[in-house]
Amino acid sequence: MMAVYVLCLALFCVGVYAILAKRNVIKIIVGIIIAENAVNLFFILTAYRVGGRSPILSPGQEIMRVVDPLPHALVLTSIVIGLATTALLVAFAIRLYEKYGTFDIEKIRELKG
Amino acid sequence: MIPAAQIIPLFVAIPLGGAFLVALIGRKIPRLPDLMVSTASLFLLVLAIYSVKLANAHGTIVYAVGNWTPPVGIAMVLDGLAAFMLVTVSLIGLFVALFSIGYMERFTAKWQFATLFLLMLAGMTGVIVAGDIFNLFVCLEIAAVASYALVAFGTERHALEAAFKYAVMGSLGSLFILLGIAWMYGYTSTLNMADMAGVLRNTGASRMTLMTAVLFLAGFGLKAALVPFHAWLPDAHPSAPAPISAMLSGVLIKSLGVYALCRIFYNVLGMTPALSAVLMFLGALSMGIGVVLAIGQWDMKRLLAYSSISQIGYIVMGIGIGTPLGMLGGIFHLFNHSVFKSLLFLDAGAVEYATGTRDLKKIGGLARKMPVTSGTALAAAMSVGGVPPFSGFWSKLIIIFAAVEAGHYGYAFWAVLAGVLTLAYAMKVIKYAFLGNPRARCQNIKEVPVCMQLSMGILALICILGGSLLLPGVREVFLEPASTVLAEGTWMAGRVLNGGR
Amino acid sequence: MSLIVKTVTRLTVGLILLYGVYIVSQGHLSSGGGFAGGVMIALSFVHMMLAFGKETAFKKLSEAKALFFESLGVLIFLGIALLGLVGGVFFLNFLPPGEAFRLFSGGTIPFSNIAISLNVGAGLFTVFLAIVLLNNDSERK
Repeated sequence: MMAVYVLCLALFCVGVYAILAKRNVIKIIVGIIIAENAVNLFFILTAYRVGGRSPILSPGQEIMRVVDPLPHALVLTSIVIGLATTALLVAFAIRLYEKYGTFDIEKIRELKG
Repeated sequence: MIPAAQIIPLFVAIPLGGAFLVALIGRKIPRLPDLMVSTASLFLLVLAIYSVKLANAHGTIVYAVGNWTPPVGIAMVLDGLAAFMLVTVSLIGLFVALFSIGYMERFTAKWQFATLFLLMLAGMTGVIVAGDIFNLFVCLEIAAVASYALVAFGTERHALEAAFKYAVMGSLGSLFILLGIAWMYGYTSTLNMADMAGVLRNTGASRMTLMTAVLFLAGFGLKAALVPFHAWLPDAHPSAPAPISAMLSGVLIKSLGVYALCRIFYNVLGMTPALSAVLMFLGALSMGIGVVLAIGQWDMKRLLAYSSISQIGYIVMGIGIGTPLGMLGGIFHLFNHSVFKSLLFLDAGAVEYATGTRDLKKIGGLARKMPVTSGTALAAAMSVGGVPPFSGFWSKLIIIFAAVEAGHYGYAFWAVLAGVLTLAYAMKVIKYAFLGNPRARCQNIKEVPVCMQLSMGILALICILGGSLLLPGVREVFLEPASTVLAEGTWMAGRVLNGGR
Repeated sequence: MSLIVKTVTRLTVGLILLYGVYIVSQGHLSSGGGFAGGVMIALSFVHMMLAFGKETAFKKLSEAKALFFESLGVLIFLGIALLGLVGGVFFLNFLPPGEAFRLFSGGTIPFSNIAISLNVGAGLFTVFLAIVLLNNDSERK
């Protein structure tokens, strides 16, 4: 069970590496998407209960162990927030390409000091 | 629940409804965006002042949304600190809204500005009244995404570059915060802040709380522009249009950054001496670096942005000292800094509106042609420099006294040194922009329109009279409830879970 | 786009829209709800734009109408929340709960789902439209 959490955090580190070390604007945006997916996955993993089933009730079914439903609702909200941020970043990237003519973040560096 | 507590959800509902009402019908009716923004902020200010009275009379008020009792349901909490922050946010929001009626005539599609501005205001007030930690995160994201879009509002080269950097770093900060929330939920299995505080007090400190404290410090520190995480601020605040710079520097970094930091560290995780030392060190570092980098700037708004970094250092150091006097000083400096920093940014905006440039080397001698702007800028510069009897002097004095009283003589000396250098760059702005002889391009300028003058004038008046908030009668009403909430720490949890006092 | 894509799109885009509406309406009984259904409704319009081009999608749902639906969705949601104030508390679920597992049960939850699906659907479509329009502007320059 521990291995899944460690893999999730490793995915987060991959995303943060992409944000910090890549030069292309689009790769930075992809890094943000990866990191945010990793955090959502981590959140869902905290909801797992051993031997649980999905928390949906149907008529004529016995209620046995269910997984925790609260993180599912929270992650739904978080995915939508991530979508809005990504859409805004992509719009910025398109406008940046129009104004600067390049996607290289080393060249988009006019504000200094 | 007392009947008057029904106003608490209105703090989020009014700006949110106003924003989408403007989006629905604001394009066809010509003056509707301005009207909607001004009336919404005025309404918020009236409600905020009433909420101060409520918080004094009833203590901590807990509002159970949907009649589900916390911790099962979502709670909105109004205590002294929340009422104080609400007054700060709505006060600055009202005057910036008035200023933007005149300033934003230069931009097309003014209804988009009104929608985004009201969304940002809704997010900020949502952070302040939130009683559980995920609601705080969602409203923080609403305000943050609205501010990314507002920084890039003019869509010029520099604005876009600054907004992209700000958006990437802000997203990273939000990811750290979300990771911290996920960790805390897995550890305590609750999202209500008061319940979390109770659980953490029973189980004691462990490596988990240390790790989440670091994550929260990184995330909220990035929103508040503390020093290792400040790199987005000097680019984002100058490139935004002037009312947005005033909102960002005046209230956004405080509501999303410093207030949330205080809430989590004092009322949920519990303040330890190690945490206090870290906050004080980061505060002193911000003070020093901000002040040194501000003196060398020739762009007026970039200088003010670095000054924001250093003043946030004062606030965080004051709050990090941990004694009641330190917390009082930090909170009072938060209020003062909102007022005089937004006034300075509005003045820089007025200068740019009249002369078309922000470079201090190209302008000069504006005092003769623009008397209101230079008078208010002088008042704000005196306040930031800490000259008595302006408001900034009193709050800095209290922070230095608190540092001496707690035995941190080195930090007190560092604060005095930073104060002297702050006066130096404040005088630099006044000398190069307003005194002296007018340069060639400043010959035919006029004063700015009346609505802009009005908002700047009232803010300057608050700067001058701000010291009166320390008088014995007024202090118990406004500042002391706020610092008492912080001083109680995790014992606030017991109050909230029992349905308020 | 080629003839195969256009024919298949013409056959399936109505079914995608209908499936999105189904997910929205069953939100209080099973998984789904406003967000997921709204995304599917938006994707049906995006699918039409990808296959047939910008003009056809504009005729079905122009930019002004999308903005109208988006704001209307949020205002309906806020209205439902504020109507709860009539019953005493903000966001109170004031409609009768009904029997379990029926379509008309759960109080105000189905209406909130519908409002959210309007908002998310129109909003996502506006995002895609804005990016396409930005691209067209920059290519023309």
